[in-house]
Amino acid sequence: MTATVRRRKPEPMKPAGNGSRPARGPLAKAPTGIAGLDEITNGGLPRGRPTLVCGGAGCGKTLLAMEFLVRGALEYNEPGVFMSFEETADDLVENARSLGFDLQRLSARRRLLLDYVRVERTELTEAGEYDLEGLFIRLGHAIDSIGAKRVVLDTIELLFSGLSDRFVVRAELARLFRWLKTKRVTAIVTGEREAGHLTRHGLEEYVSDCVILLDQRVMEQSATRRLRILKYRGSAHGGNETPFLIDDHGVSVLPITSLGLAHQATTAHLSTGIAGLDAMFGRKGYFRGNTVLVSGTAGTGKSSLAAHFAEATCRRGERCLYFAFEESPSEITRNMRSIGIDLEPWMHRDLLRVHAQRPTALGLEAHLVAMHRLIDDWQPRVVVVDPVTNMIAVGSETEVKAMLARLIDFMKLRQITALFTSLTEGGGAAERSDLGVSSLMDVWMLLGNLEANGERNRAIQIVKARGMAHSNQVREFVMTDRGITLVDVSRRADGSVAIGSTRGVQQKQAPAGDAKPSRRRRVE
Amino acid sequence: MKDGPRRTWWLRLYVAGQTPKSITALANLKRLCEGHFPGRYRIEVVDLVKQPHLARRDEIVVIPTLVRKLPPPIRKIVGDLSNEERVLVGLGVLPRERGE
Repeated sequence: MTATVRRRKPEPMKPAGNGSRPARGPLAKAPTGIAGLDEITNGGLPRGRPTLVCGGAGCGKTLLAMEFLVRGALEYNEPGVFMSFEETADDLVENARSLGFDLQRLSARRRLLLDYVRVERTELTEAGEYDLEGLFIRLGHAIDSIGAKRVVLDTIELLFSGLSDRFVVRAELARLFRWLKTKRVTAIVTGEREAGHLTRHGLEEYVSDCVILLDQRVMEQSATRRLRILKYRGSAHGGNETPFLIDDHGVSVLPITSLGLAHQATTAHLSTGIAGLDAMFGRKGYFRGNTVLVSGTAGTGKSSLAAHFAEATCRRGERCLYFAFEESPSEITRNMRSIGIDLEPWMHRDLLRVHAQRPTALGLEAHLVAMHRLIDDWQPRVVVVDPVTNMIAVGSETEVKAMLARLIDFMKLRQITALFTSLTEGGGAAERSDLGVSSLMDVWMLLGNLEANGERNRAIQIVKARGMAHSNQVREFVMTDRGITLVDVSRRADGSVAIGSTRGVQQKQAPAGDAKPSRRRRVE
Repeated sequence: MKDGPRRTWWLRLYVAGQTPKSITALANLKRLCEGHFPGRYRIEVVDLVKQPHLARRDEIVVIPTLVRKLPPPIRKIVGDLSNEERVLVGLGVLPRERGE
């Protein structure tokens, strides 16, 4: 359909992915097997082509590249060659062991070949013209000897310091990258980042298909790692920074995967565990897969509400994972027993697990990864995070929000119903003190105290509940030895809701006169 | 290093096929050896195209590479050996210049 092509001025260097490029066949991709990285690259690295991974010293590029080879060998039946210009084979083996990878075993099984290439200027005398054909033969032989489908060159720019003829090295590197394509190997080429440039010697000129930038920085006393896809020819990619982590499981990239789009909405309901509250949600409770935010100042009953939901989950025979950031498991069970909720039997039956951890014990990303793992390992249907606000201690507000978005997304994809409690500070508007996360939630409830007539009475209101008819009333509730009980609405003659002791007054048909509370109630 | 009359030179030249650089390097090497160590040298040519596994074993990256196997220690000289003075420096026949 070229009949209606409009004449335009030629536009060189049109950015990819804006829809104006003629559609070619989908780019073949090689999955990295690295948690999260394949999601943000929509399937992996360009197959049969080199990808540039650059970053400063200690940013994790060597380990990321190594995991790409190890996963390739173990999970995708793609053996790999690691050509190191920096670390010796022994050092690589040692470093990979910290990620749980046994390179010696992989080498013995011919799934991996480590080759340390040493080019030291002080050990070479240059006397005439040369090229790098030896490197080609060496790499080619390594690839052929194990049938490698993946190659890592880490960090090939060191050739520039090993040899004095920069023109030869540049020309040979250009030839090397062309040659790699003819070998049809999926390659990672690492480059050292330098101020103002992606790589010291401009490797990005040769590797044009995919460029990934790694970055490590220290924010609020904790080191955070970030990954960004700078370029991915022929493939849509989010240009956002994505946090990642390196621990004893390897590299984990923590993406936001098309939030709110990929997951299936359900219409199945889950009881809140409180009959009166279920009634406020049309007698049914939350939707399965909902994320629920419960905000309130200290002592308003957030944890109790969470415990009710946890107990109701276990009663159905479903697993509930409870992340406690403030109290120990024994404190929670003791406190809940005082209002008649006995959680202990559910713990014994392994339907309830309480995972207590001080937020400051780990960095934000480490928390997120730990939560992901616990959820993946145990497969709960319901997750409680109490309180999510304690995460603030670990990161800035935007970071916490980004992390929460990732966590919510992760759970939604698994149809896990999640309840977060949020401690709001007294005095401020609840909307302001909720980390701005309420927009991420499907259901938002506010707990508070209604002060009137020299009394303080507990109240609950549903601020929002996506896709559900719900009560707009501010309801009073009491804590009994059988948990949270919503008090029946008692209306005065003028239609306003009577609370606290005025309920009794109301029931005695007392004149509304001076006992009339303000219509405009405020929830602190 | 002094080149004593009884010293034997064992030199190995790594090439990759019959390329101009390889041919030049071998010719340059023969001429140099005849001029400096007549009757006391042995040249071994390793063609990595035929024996690719030796590139890794002998740590070869640059072509051509000349390796001084004897006398010890091992030294490496890269290039087509057209700069004879540099070759002699690399072999240890001539002293290294300052700053090298």
